[in-house]
Amino acid sequence: MLLLAMALGFPRSSHAQNDTIKVGVLHSLSGTMAISETTLKDTILMMIDEQNKKGGLLGKKLEPVVVDPASNWPLFAEKAQELLEKDKVAVVFGCWTSVSRKSVLPVFEKDNGLLFYPVQYEGEESSKNVIYTGAAPNQQAIPAVDYLMKEVGVKRWVLEGTDYVYPRTTNKILEAYLHSKGVKPEDISISYTPFGYSDWQARVAAIKKFGSAGKKTAVVSTINGDANVPFYKELANQKISAEDIPVVAFSVGEEELSGLDAKPLVGHLAAWNYFESINTPANKAFIAQWHTFIKNPKRTTNDPMEAHYIGFNLWVKAVQKAGTTNVDKVIAALPGLETPNLTGGIAKVLPNHHITKPVYIGEVRADGQFDVVWKTSTTVPGQAWSPYLPSDKNIVADWVTLKCGNYNTATKKCSGQNYK
Amino acid sequence: MKQFFFRGGRQWWFALLLAIQSFGVAYAQSPVENTFLASVGALCNASFDEKGKIVEHIAQSGHPSTQPVLAAFLDDRVYCRNRDQKVFLVAPGPEDAPSVSLIDPLTLKDAGTASADDVTKVVTNNHLRRVLQTTLARFGLSSSRAADRLQAVKDIERDLNPGNVQLLRERSSQESNSKVKREIAVALALSDLDGSDAQARLAAISTLRGSLRQDVLNKLQSLVEKSSDGTFTESDEHIRKAAAAAIKSIESRRSFYSGVQTVLFGLSLGSILVLIAIGLGITFGVMGVINMAHGELMMLGAYSTYVVQMAMPGYIGSSLLVAVPVAFLVSGLMGILIERTVIRFLYGRPLETLLATFGVSLILQQLVRTTFTALNREVKTPDWMSGTLQLNEALSITYNRLYILIFTLLVFAALLMVLKKTRIGLEIRAVAQNRAMAKAMGIRSDWVDAITFGLGSGVAGIAGVALSQVTNVNANLGQSYIIDAFMVVVFGGVGSLWGAMVAGLLMGVVDQLLQPYAGAVLAKIFVLIALILFIQARPRGLFPATGRAAES
Repeated sequence: MLLLAMALGFPRSSHAQNDTIKVGVLHSLSGTMAISETTLKDTILMMIDEQNKKGGLLGKKLEPVVVDPASNWPLFAEKAQELLEKDKVAVVFGCWTSVSRKSVLPVFEKDNGLLFYPVQYEGEESSKNVIYTGAAPNQQAIPAVDYLMKEVGVKRWVLEGTDYVYPRTTNKILEAYLHSKGVKPEDISISYTPFGYSDWQARVAAIKKFGSAGKKTAVVSTINGDANVPFYKELANQKISAEDIPVVAFSVGEEELSGLDAKPLVGHLAAWNYFESINTPANKAFIAQWHTFIKNPKRTTNDPMEAHYIGFNLWVKAVQKAGTTNVDKVIAALPGLETPNLTGGIAKVLPNHHITKPVYIGEVRADGQFDVVWKTSTTVPGQAWSPYLPSDKNIVADWVTLKCGNYNTATKKCSGQNYK
Repeated sequence: MKQFFFRGGRQWWFALLLAIQSFGVAYAQSPVENTFLASVGALCNASFDEKGKIVEHIAQSGHPSTQPVLAAFLDDRVYCRNRDQKVFLVAPGPEDAPSVSLIDPLTLKDAGTASADDVTKVVTNNHLRRVLQTTLARFGLSSSRAADRLQAVKDIERDLNPGNVQLLRERSSQESNSKVKREIAVALALSDLDGSDAQARLAAISTLRGSLRQDVLNKLQSLVEKSSDGTFTESDEHIRKAAAAAIKSIESRRSFYSGVQTVLFGLSLGSILVLIAIGLGITFGVMGVINMAHGELMMLGAYSTYVVQMAMPGYIGSSLLVAVPVAFLVSGLMGILIERTVIRFLYGRPLETLLATFGVSLILQQLVRTTFTALNREVKTPDWMSGTLQLNEALSITYNRLYILIFTLLVFAALLMVLKKTRIGLEIRAVAQNRAMAKAMGIRSDWVDAITFGLGSGVAGIAGVALSQVTNVNANLGQSYIIDAFMVVVFGGVGSLWGAMVAGLLMGVVDQLLQPYAGAVLAKIFVLIALILFIQARPRGLFPATGRAAES
């Protein structure tokens, strides 16, 4: 039904004139991920709208092509193929979960498309056809753990996650990192629960028990989706305050907290590269523009939205630099390009197709926004491959000189995997 | 100036001096007021470490405004005016108000208003809030409410410096409330343990022996630990022995209570299973209808709760009580509608019923998605259902779970009453046992079928009200519980309400007993395997139906 509405709402390719540049938007507008991804679709539509008001790009108007992969991972691949082969879009902005990105990756590589992926993820990937504008683990997870270790003095760790690829890979990296910092195995507890889990009482009681061993304890949460709501409710019910056992989350932002009474959660932490509360002129203007576009002054902005803002501006600059929307030429133009982010820094595209980002640690406040309590002094370059995993420490990604996403510096070979 | 404040972490005293000068001119007050004002004034550009020190200074200033200022700071109500970098308190109000009313921190008098853009909040972090709580707790000790004093003692305990210990000792002699007195005794004993007086330390250990707290246990355990070279860290053997005995006593009581805790968790999980299964126990058990839309009837109950809360925004506390009959009616009527339009044409054809009701469940889901969007709806938890009932230091149960457990028992009892004591109950049982004979006795069996189905569906709606308090309300709510509900009914024995009750609670407890060892995912798998094996041995479940109906 939604699909039909989308199809009617946005004029599709077949009738479009030749003097437009088509921009694909591949975000779930129904299903479990709709809550997060619909916002990103609107963000790209807003950016396109603004660019068209400025006169478009290369003298042509931009034309959005919106499809709905409906939180269905195989459908992501089908819709990506449709965008690339039938609509022949110049670029695609899309995906949220890692599993959806893994699903479209072969399509983008076969059809030589260009995808801007806006969400923090587990790393261990670098494709010629993808620009990762979200945070790699060294731009979110590692700094957050560093903050807890150095500034808060945490000695004991609970790694709590949803049972799928992103939490499992992130926790693997974090565990290796904590071991390298001298944390003993008995001071780390790792636990996974299914998507949409709601019976948190025993897990939260276990966390409470683990945290009462006399050493400062923190929870690193990679719980994803709506399981967070009952999790935080249970934390509040069992009176686990942030002063005793802080919970630092990698997937909980302004949007997720907007449906929750945040008062019992004051002081719990989130690590992101952007917070709505950061007071810069660029951010204020962005928030105002968003409120006007969405016609609701109460809507929040969040980190993946900023990633799309950066990604869109980078693409526009790359097209202007290349003078064409030809994917190979745009990809060649991208590394080294810079654009200001919303928090006063510069996002620069690196040869490994990741970007530089500042890292912020925020504490939840009573209105569901975050107060920044710590930030990196400069921007951090994203690492595709984690140096803390023994299997990956010799792997580098470089699409400028090496032309390879997984070059092994020990064997001097591009091991290729799925992409060449 | 701003730069200087930020970088010169250790020179904030200089800033204080500057502040004293600037404020001194304006007010020309006593030294106490000067120190107070200067400390407060330096908050504007301080780092978190510096803010901690400033809080200490404010606390030591002895100024009468100390407590309100620190309380406001903890409350996130201390702001800095951008124009002149002066610190003000703001009156409590909505977060996104366009303007705030300022309060002078010294006199606590109204100081006009300011636009929200002209002031910046002085930000706190977890550590600073902890410092503020401990500092404010010193004031809380003399509160007239025993609960406040108890909280104050607990806050002070986190930072047992000599000054705080002295404060507690003084309070101990005046304290009349036994709970507070005991808490103070434990705190003092904890601090005595670090002393050098062997007699006092032994006495402290015997005081601590009565406690159940984990931190007390940790402290005692540190007394009997060996250091890396094999010698005991504690040299006094008497103390080691006393500590070891106390540890044993505390641990044995704690392990008992943790067993009780696990069983309680199991019962609360089981009570949810029972609640979702007893409605099905009627439609599937008594009538023999496999209703795949049962989960969606629960979802309708949850959405009814949401709608009721929307309709009475000021009364979150009582809205749940209103939602119970509303949900019963909504789901019950929907159930009767399904029975009259679909199921009655399919009696005796279980496969067709299964497919048809599955179709109905999809229709209901889409209906809800179209009406309420695909996003989760937030059902608020009333105050009386949030928080924890602390039975003792090692045993607690959250109120929402406790109320659901009680609620399940009430619903179960009510349902039994209806079936056993009312005329309609009698007719339902009669039709279930022998339709032909019941008809011969003048019972309108098709009417009874509709009522029975409505009753089962209504109970599903009531279960939905309870579920709205523990899980997310969305269109998929029913799907995640329907399998569990069928499992409970099959395990308990088709047609037996008591079976559903025992089976649900049993499954909950077994799940929770396994979870610490196997994790949430594996525990559920083990329960399922155990169930399959059980059904192999006893295909008719725990409480098989007896009599003529069972044979047919």
